[in-house]
Amino acid sequence: MLGVTYAIVALGLTLVYGILQVPNFAHGHMYMLGAYVCLFLMGVLGFGYWPALIAVAVIMSVAGVVLERLAYTPLVNQPPMSSFISALGALIVLENGVIALWGPQGQRIPNPYPDIFDLFGVTMSVQRVLVIAIAFLLIVLVQVFIKKTTLGSTIEAVAQNPEGAKLVGINVKRVSSLTFAISTGLAALAACLVAPIFILSPSMGALLGMKAFVIVILGGLGSVPGAIVGGLILGLIEALGGGYLSSAYKDVFGFGALVLILAIKPLGLFGKEVQGR
Amino acid sequence: MIRLFKEKWFYIVLLLIALAVPFIMPNRYFFQVIITCCLFSIGALSMNLILGYTGQASLAHGAFFGIGAYGVAMMMQNLGWSFWIALPLSAMMTAFIGFLIGFLALRTRGAYFAITTLCLGEIVGLVISNWTEFTGGANGINGYGDPGAIPLPFVGQITFAGQTPKYYLILVFLLFTIFIMYRLVNSLKGLTFLACATNELLAEAVGINTFKTKLLSFVVSIFFVAIAGGLYAVLLGSISPGAASLGITFNFLLFVLLGGATTLVGPVLGSFVLPILQENLAFLAEYQMILFGALLVVVIIYAPKGFMGAITALRKGLHRKKVGA
Repeated sequence: MLGVTYAIVALGLTLVYGILQVPNFAHGHMYMLGAYVCLFLMGVLGFGYWPALIAVAVIMSVAGVVLERLAYTPLVNQPPMSSFISALGALIVLENGVIALWGPQGQRIPNPYPDIFDLFGVTMSVQRVLVIAIAFLLIVLVQVFIKKTTLGSTIEAVAQNPEGAKLVGINVKRVSSLTFAISTGLAALAACLVAPIFILSPSMGALLGMKAFVIVILGGLGSVPGAIVGGLILGLIEALGGGYLSSAYKDVFGFGALVLILAIKPLGLFGKEVQGR
Repeated sequence: MIRLFKEKWFYIVLLLIALAVPFIMPNRYFFQVIITCCLFSIGALSMNLILGYTGQASLAHGAFFGIGAYGVAMMMQNLGWSFWIALPLSAMMTAFIGFLIGFLALRTRGAYFAITTLCLGEIVGLVISNWTEFTGGANGINGYGDPGAIPLPFVGQITFAGQTPKYYLILVFLLFTIFIMYRLVNSLKGLTFLACATNELLAEAVGINTFKTKLLSFVVSIFFVAIAGGLYAVLLGSISPGAASLGITFNFLLFVLLGGATTLVGPVLGSFVLPILQENLAFLAEYQMILFGALLVVVIIYAPKGFMGAITALRKGLHRKKVGA
């Protein structure tokens, strides 16, 4: 279940990297913000779980575009280090903003489906199954959107060759905003899906953001199948390492795997050598 | 001598002020802030070598700072060694670990390198906080005391118990770091570092072994950050996993970038201005970090070279006005 959540978050990250060549370090924090917006909608405004889910996706998509316009667009032609730093600034603002609004302590979203059922001897909670199902649905939907629709294929076109895309009349700026919207929306949805299972805290974004990066890099930056496979691999490494070896060092295994893979294949498992960068 | 004074009067005045600091401090708390600033300057300068001059964003510096600090603390506590042996030994040991890690990590470039080092940093932090038998876990290590006294013939000895001697100790190391960095970046080696930062392909084409160059810069940079870590251990008198956290890395990053990367003054300036600003803005509480985050974004968009870049631009502007008039 962790694997699919990782995969969705990483998917958004890799999409943005593919388009803008920007490592969006604030991605994990947008995920965290998504969970808190969900908390706000359900707790304060009294939304149901499903309406809140949809509202969060919309709100966070807009927030993603705002983030892009404020922190990334002014730096398009600057060295990549600049946008990286700008992202660090953005994530400091996000994390501390949430601390200022909700406080540093953990929060809980009531679980809408607390029932547990038994499937061939394996006990699972309904919410967990729901997470897996929706996550797979989202991954398939995004793939279909990119591969089959005209709007979606503009994303791929810009990722392959921004100048060429401009020549055939694609508005690159709009596509990049669209990508940010999709990417952030996905992360926020993932956050809302797992929010009833875990405790929310302002620092949850940092670790998840790093893991998403691990995944995206495991799979090769900009590679969509790489992100999905990488997400599942990391989920497995953590679950197995945490279960059989030592749960305190769970994260060490994941990060260690990344370091090892990069030491052997510096461009990730599915990474392609990009010319002229 | 007079010529030297005329050319460098600014730096000489600065040095005199630095020497006089213990006598003009209003209170112990503010003095401690200044000492910490000096200490972090060493770390920021070392980060600047790899980040600014060599163009590789190493995000594991907090971890190496921690390893240096723990090395000194454990050598003094468990082995009972003197600080004066522990500090260089710990720094060299950390540099050797850095060499091994750099050997793996420097095969990657750009964002990949940043992530690899970020993960390595996180691994070190996790190991330090979880390996309770070895590092004391979340409690850390304490009770290893101050650096041993240095005997001076005829005069007595220098002890390192209070704030003032520790300040001078750290100041000496800061000046030493500045001196080495100055010599290094103005040497031929320094130019090859810069070449790696500006255009790696071109650097390789003119016959620079970029991998070796980057590795050298990485190891030197880690040596100095480990020294800063070791000094941190004796400054505080106790050490906890926080010393190896990402927070330290981000602090260095902020100081270097806001101060002005690829200059020697910038990181030092950043290490002083930001913490002092922080102390003065303490009334903002949690909103303070929001302000700093926003500041980082604004600075990188409007003044990508940090404070130093802004100052240089300002001076150039003034100069042009003078010439025009």
